Amino acid sequence: MNKNLYKYLLGIADNSLILGQRLGELCGHGPSLETDIACTNMSLDLLGQVRSYYQYAAKIAGDGRTEDDIAMLRKEREYFNVLLVEQPNTDFGYTMARQFLFDVYHFLMLTELEKSTDLNLSAIAKKSIKEVSYHKRFSSDWIKRLGDGTEESHKRIQTAINDLWTYTDELFHQTEADKAMVAEGVGVDVTKLKGAYYEEVNAVLEEATLSVPESKYFQKGGKQGIHTEHMGYLLADLQYMQRAYPNMEW
Amino acid sequence: MSEEQIKNLEAQFEARIARDEKIEPKDWMPEKYRKTHIRQMSQHAHSEIVGMLPEGNWITRAPSLRRKVALLAKVQDEAGHGLYLYSATETLGVSREEMYEQLHKGKAKYSSIFNYPTITWADMGAIGWLVDGAAIINQVPLCNTSYGPYARAMIRVCKEESFHQRQGYEIMLKLCNGTPEQKEMAQDALNRWWWPSLMMLGPTDAESIHTEQSMKWKLKRKSNDDLRQQFIDQTVPQADILGLTIPDSDLKWNEERQSYDFGEINWDEFWQVVKGHGPMNKVRMKARVDAWENGKWVRDAAMAHAEKKQERKEKLAM
Repeated sequence: MNKNLYKYLLGIADNSLILGQRLGELCGHGPSLETDIACTNMSLDLLGQVRSYYQYAAKIAGDGRTEDDIAMLRKEREYFNVLLVEQPNTDFGYTMARQFLFDVYHFLMLTELEKSTDLNLSAIAKKSIKEVSYHKRFSSDWIKRLGDGTEESHKRIQTAINDLWTYTDELFHQTEADKAMVAEGVGVDVTKLKGAYYEEVNAVLEEATLSVPESKYFQKGGKQGIHTEHMGYLLADLQYMQRAYPNMEW
Repeated sequence: MSEEQIKNLEAQFEARIARDEKIEPKDWMPEKYRKTHIRQMSQHAHSEIVGMLPEGNWITRAPSLRRKVALLAKVQDEAGHGLYLYSATETLGVSREEMYEQLHKGKAKYSSIFNYPTITWADMGAIGWLVDGAAIINQVPLCNTSYGPYARAMIRVCKEESFHQRQGYEIMLKLCNGTPEQKEMAQDALNRWWWPSLMMLGPTDAESIHTEQSMKWKLKRKSNDDLRQQFIDQTVPQADILGLTIPDSDLKWNEERQSYDFGEINWDEFWQVVKGHGPMNKVRMKARVDAWENGKWVRDAAMAHAEKKQERKEKLAM
């Protein structure tokens, strides 16, 4: 098995899995029916993408594991999503800030991934990019509404952006597997996306009358499987059935 | 308008319904027709929205990615049903906010079935199979109801509900063909959901206060007891295929009636839940009220932003 490709795939897919799981928690509890439906839609899109990635990863692994084994039966240290996506739904502001800060990255990354020499990856990217362009529009619009809405909403979304900012830099870190895949023309060199990312994020924040956080202190670890304390609880839910009733079909 | 004129309009109105014509939002209608429809349609919309909660409870814990995606999509469909049922009800001159307020204050009802807890994965199967099954039996006749916007909404709702029911049955089938532990989980879910599903079709005809008028307006086409019998006759063979036992020792095929006889329903339990004292009434209502109250600042922001945008546009135009 191509271990680098396998690990590279997990790096991308785990982001979508964990964010999809977080959005799924909100289903039925949104501030309005319309936002409820939209957040569920994003969750559905992300989980759909996840299935394509993991099915491909299962094929590469070739050891009989299924997409569900890969999604639900790893240990916490074996998930490689960035810390940003596992942050909790503190309120709608945090949910939208997390979404926005990820969507801008996700869109840029998929645009490059579409050019991958790996045809499977390129096809998944091509399908996903349409969905993610909608996600980005939705979350950007909400950043603007909340930033340039009421005094309270401005304060809340600014707080969320400030708190989550510390997780943005990790989006542009590379693991050894990432580097190997970039060298082969399969993977995306995320270090090159950083400039465009902050330019776009800052422009939206400015339009939303929000200030760009100045902090230069960033958190990292997700890509090495070292997560925040939130992750264990998220996995306890995600893995509950597979752990409690092993080796069954559903 | 004189009393006679009103009587005249009423006669014409009833004649239109009798001819199977649809009543549309701008048509004249008796006040009682309007009020009855607001009550029933908003109750229906509320049921969709509260109904998202028991199934939403299993989204994060669904056993496979395929099941997670299907469950998310299903609960999302319910939100969609709520949305167009609220919109259809708004055509009668009541706002969504007013309807929410009635729900939150306990003045408007929703289907009692959602006041039961979902404690295992098999409950997702049982709800789809039994609860959506009973809902379809209730709702299919409404596709021909007299009020146009309601009838049209119901056509779409029914199509999706029948898909949900098959999905639920498929969850049960998989469990029943699985390990003994899975089958036991399925039987346990059937045991807990069977009687509440029968109650879902409403009180017995003798105690149902709205039936006669509703029949005339095609808000109801069969009595609660007839619908219940239809549900039982349709569901028992499905349980047989699953190899599950319906938890009713009095259930027996009646050759003469070509229908199943069944045991006594615990109406005390039904009324207890309807009156707000079921296992989950308070929890469900708290979840709805919390979502609404915690979302206020978001809705306010959206309004304020839209106003600011409009103001800027007008300034530019000047």
